[in-house]
Amino acid sequence: MTATAAEPLERRRPLPWLLAAARPVRGRLALAALLGAATTAAGIGLLGISGFLIARAAEHPGITALSIAVVAVRALGVGRGVLRYLERLTAHDAAFRVLGDVRVRIYRRLARLAPAGLRPLRSGDLLTRLVSDVDSTQDLFVRGVVPVVAAALAGGGAVAACAFLLAPAAGVLALGLLAAGALLPALSSASARAAGRRTARARGAVSARVVDALAGAAELHAFGAQDRALAAVAEADAELTAQSRRGALVQAAGAGLASLAAGLTVWAVLLLGVAAVEDGTLGRVPLAVLTLTALAAFEATAALPAAAAQLAETRAGAARILDVLDAPDPVAEPATPAPPPEPPLTVRLRDVRARYTPGGPLAVDGLDLDLTPGKRVALVGPSGAGKSTVAALLLRFLDPAGGVITLNGTDLTAFAPDQVRRLIGGCPQDPHIFDATVRDNLRLARPDATDAELADAAARARLLPWIESLPDGLDTRVGAHGARMSGGERRRLALARALLADPALMILDEPTAHLDRPTAAALTADLLRATRGRSTLLITHDLTGMEEIDEIVVLDAGRVVQRGAHADLIARPGLYRTLWECSVPDARAAAP
Amino acid sequence: MKPLDPRLLRHARPARTFLALTVLLGAVTTGLVLAQAALLAHVLAGSFDGRGSSELRTALGALLAVVAARALVHGLAEAAALHYAGTVRSLLRRRLVAHALRLGPQWTAGARAGEVATVATRGLDALDVYFARYLPQLVLACITPIAVLAVIAGADLLSAMVIAVTLPLIPVFMILVGLHTRARTERQWRLLERLGGHFLDVVEGLPTLKLFDRAEAQAKVIAEVTGAHRRVTMRVLRVAFLSAMVLELLSTLAVALVAVQVGLRLLGGDVPYETALLVLILAPEAYLPLRTVGAQFHAGMEGVAAAERAFEVLDTPPPRRPAPGGAVADLRRDPIVLRDVTVRHPERDRPALENVSLTIEPGERIVVLGPSGAGKSTLLSLLLRFVEPSAGTVGFADVPVEAWRAQISWVPQHPHLFDGTIADNIRLGRPDASPAEVRRAAARAGLAEFIASLPDGLDTRVGERGARLSSGQRQRVALARAFLRDAPLVLLDEPTAHLDPLTAHGVQETVHRLAAGRTVVLVTHDPTWTRLADRVVRIEAGRLTESPPPRPRPHRALEMAS
Repeated sequence: MTATAAEPLERRRPLPWLLAAARPVRGRLALAALLGAATTAAGIGLLGISGFLIARAAEHPGITALSIAVVAVRALGVGRGVLRYLERLTAHDAAFRVLGDVRVRIYRRLARLAPAGLRPLRSGDLLTRLVSDVDSTQDLFVRGVVPVVAAALAGGGAVAACAFLLAPAAGVLALGLLAAGALLPALSSASARAAGRRTARARGAVSARVVDALAGAAELHAFGAQDRALAAVAEADAELTAQSRRGALVQAAGAGLASLAAGLTVWAVLLLGVAAVEDGTLGRVPLAVLTLTALAAFEATAALPAAAAQLAETRAGAARILDVLDAPDPVAEPATPAPPPEPPLTVRLRDVRARYTPGGPLAVDGLDLDLTPGKRVALVGPSGAGKSTVAALLLRFLDPAGGVITLNGTDLTAFAPDQVRRLIGGCPQDPHIFDATVRDNLRLARPDATDAELADAAARARLLPWIESLPDGLDTRVGAHGARMSGGERRRLALARALLADPALMILDEPTAHLDRPTAAALTADLLRATRGRSTLLITHDLTGMEEIDEIVVLDAGRVVQRGAHADLIARPGLYRTLWECSVPDARAAAP
Repeated sequence: MKPLDPRLLRHARPARTFLALTVLLGAVTTGLVLAQAALLAHVLAGSFDGRGSSELRTALGALLAVVAARALVHGLAEAAALHYAGTVRSLLRRRLVAHALRLGPQWTAGARAGEVATVATRGLDALDVYFARYLPQLVLACITPIAVLAVIAGADLLSAMVIAVTLPLIPVFMILVGLHTRARTERQWRLLERLGGHFLDVVEGLPTLKLFDRAEAQAKVIAEVTGAHRRVTMRVLRVAFLSAMVLELLSTLAVALVAVQVGLRLLGGDVPYETALLVLILAPEAYLPLRTVGAQFHAGMEGVAAAERAFEVLDTPPPRRPAPGGAVADLRRDPIVLRDVTVRHPERDRPALENVSLTIEPGERIVVLGPSGAGKSTLLSLLLRFVEPSAGTVGFADVPVEAWRAQISWVPQHPHLFDGTIADNIRLGRPDASPAEVRRAAARAGLAEFIASLPDGLDTRVGERGARLSSGQRQRVALARAFLRDAPLVLLDEPTAHLDPLTAHGVQETVHRLAAGRTVVLVTHDPTWTRLADRVVRIEAGRLTESPPPRPRPHRALEMAS
């Protein structure tokens, strides 16, 4: 944590940040770039030396005059393929090593932000995209940095070789290489970026229309609106096609100009060379070497337009990563944390207010709550009432915007967040089931738990019959997000995990959400039995079993509107009675 | 995977024009490459023989013209490629969406809608690379080596033979290496996939990890798993890169061989200098297109794969429907009759509905109760004619589908909201409705207060899939659609299953209002809905059992109350 805490929070530049991350493997990257340069140089040298071989042979000297050239040509012919192979392996290996580092650094920062700081990423597949952005950073090295450095080295080498033969021709070659390898790729990638920004909106419109037509197919058929949806797709598509055509002309001009730069350079080198031979400043053999070297040198620039595009792409991805990483900490860590409180635990909330964004709406507004040892409290209310925010506050995932929370009399913010979570735990609203075995998923809560302890916790959460029905028992892999489990089994696994962790204050956030009624009722009964006699905060909008709860606090729009025991609350009109009548079948008949 | 799928030419006619244009431009490019080599050799040999630049003026001028022409043709080819890529992409996208709709909601249901949408958007973008980079190089790879070989053969037969022997070795060796490595690569692939998914799994589970104070411990695991991932990947790459090495090795080695043997024969006076130069300059050109195709192979294959996925959809035959007999039904007076109907879904053993008989009288309110997977939604799909009976008869089989559906309003469990305004969404079943009518429908669906709170009112955009509305509001928009459509038959699928109790209660009241004066079929597992019913039907494992109404026409009381 200390490494990330020291990282500056001002706006960082994406590419330098990534390059700095690659410092530990710079030796390997340099080797990859050298191998890449050697590969290209072998190709250039092959043609240049072959030119020497043939031109010298045309002067009909003895065979010994050619023997070195013959050996060199054969060696370069074999070496090129081998060098390319080594370069690709070295570059990929280095890139993967950087990725390991980058992943850990980003993970540590995300761990600090989670979960409140990651709220903006929770919708849709933004988190998936962040992870794929992280994974694509390796392309920067393989396709972006290594080819550019290799091209610069090989191109520079070719210019230097030509400078020995004819300085003005080397100058022309340098200009040509810069134009074809640096100027034009930079221009075309800038224009591609601008075009990408222009077409982003049209692209989004096409995507939205296509998704509407396909995901809404049933509605379109039922309401006879297929033709309207197809017309909308066609319209958005025509707009996108027209816009991308404008960018295509620039791209085509860039390709033509790059080809022209290469051709003109060779032509000019030849022109200078012929004139130099004429006035005797250049031999007729070096003329062939010079021309063929210039001809082959443009192999160095061939990979650069792709590299420029890669650099732009990685920059965009790295900028998105930095947007997340540079978000402010949702929770302030105390410089010198107070010593952890001893259980039994008394938690008091006084006039607590909370919001997720500075200046944003209050999710909790003026909450008073006492959680004393052995007491079970339920927090109920409609969706969006602020129930889960209370859980986030108690777990130190979020700092209060006002009021005070105390733990055995000491302000909660005086403790280190990790210490707090050793005492206050439970089931989050959306428990994550890891793509691992049942045992690994349970042991998360207590890494040193024995199989007997795992079985005991599973039994109390009534997960044991399911585990025993599995051929591999605790060693069964549950799949990504627990895909091989039912919704009820996933909830029970989360409950077993919470029981295994055995926190002094147990928070259960919507333990029965998304379950069908019989499954929910059975689970509620089990968790009420399992939490009997222990400090519990139950967050729910399912009101079955509320008779057993010591205090019920009814939240609406962040404020407490009612509190008391179940029997008192249903005896008088109010939100609780309405909720109860709505959620429990035949509640009306049962109401006094 | 074929490098050029004939279906591309069949489904997208502009692709044929493009292919013809590419062959033409490829031929011109090849001609210019040959001319450039000949002129270079001529000028170099002329200077070698002591001729000055004034004597070589014509050749130098011609070379300049060839250089300019190559640049022009290159630019033209690029422009044509991007132009036709856009045309084909747009054509395939529209055909794909239209055909997917023709295949019916049963086909697009579930994950497939998302898959096809991905193919139709990002997937088809891969065609850009295919058209602009891969296909032209493929054409050149067919034309240039043969033309170059012919010219070299005309100049020096022995060099031509060296090239003619090595050139075919490239595809042969690449196929051999590919075949040898495929089995190995596939074995590693599954392991790679699991290791690759680990990071995402851990990041998604961060709140849970923090809850149990395990977040820091996982940082080490990430480093370890990434290291393992690297080692496995490098094992795969060491083999996978071999084919690229063979390609490079053969092409440069062949050039070296040509250079050495032509040089040695030049020494003996068997070959003129200009011929030797021509052979040397041309030899790499014989291999260049093959190397470029090799380098673009993966990007090109992505385009082919995207196109293949599109063709899979386009070549799926639309469902057969019995020819409509032109009969008309008026659901205001005609009953709906199902007799011994069985519905089987392909790829499923058990029928979704089995020997179901049901008569729905006009104005009757039927609640179908049953657990999930019992066949409730299939029953609604049958009434909506999203599926056809596999056996048995339905009374409406002769009615044209469009005329039949025009008499139905449907409120699904998770209504799809289209990325437009609230008003657009309510208008779905009646595009010509006036703003006043839309407003009234919204009010009857209980949306009045919510719409009044929005600065743009009914013209507020709902976002993709209605993301800016809560699930209760989305359900009310679906109800407003049904109010506006004002159809005699209303079909509802679990209208409150995923709503919190308070919201669900409000929506239930609204459904009671909608049901007034209409025929209603509502499927649910929630017994509180039986208050709405004239008749309760139970469904279990695809079979119907009638049960008596809980109370005689209880909705009458509700109607009076509302």
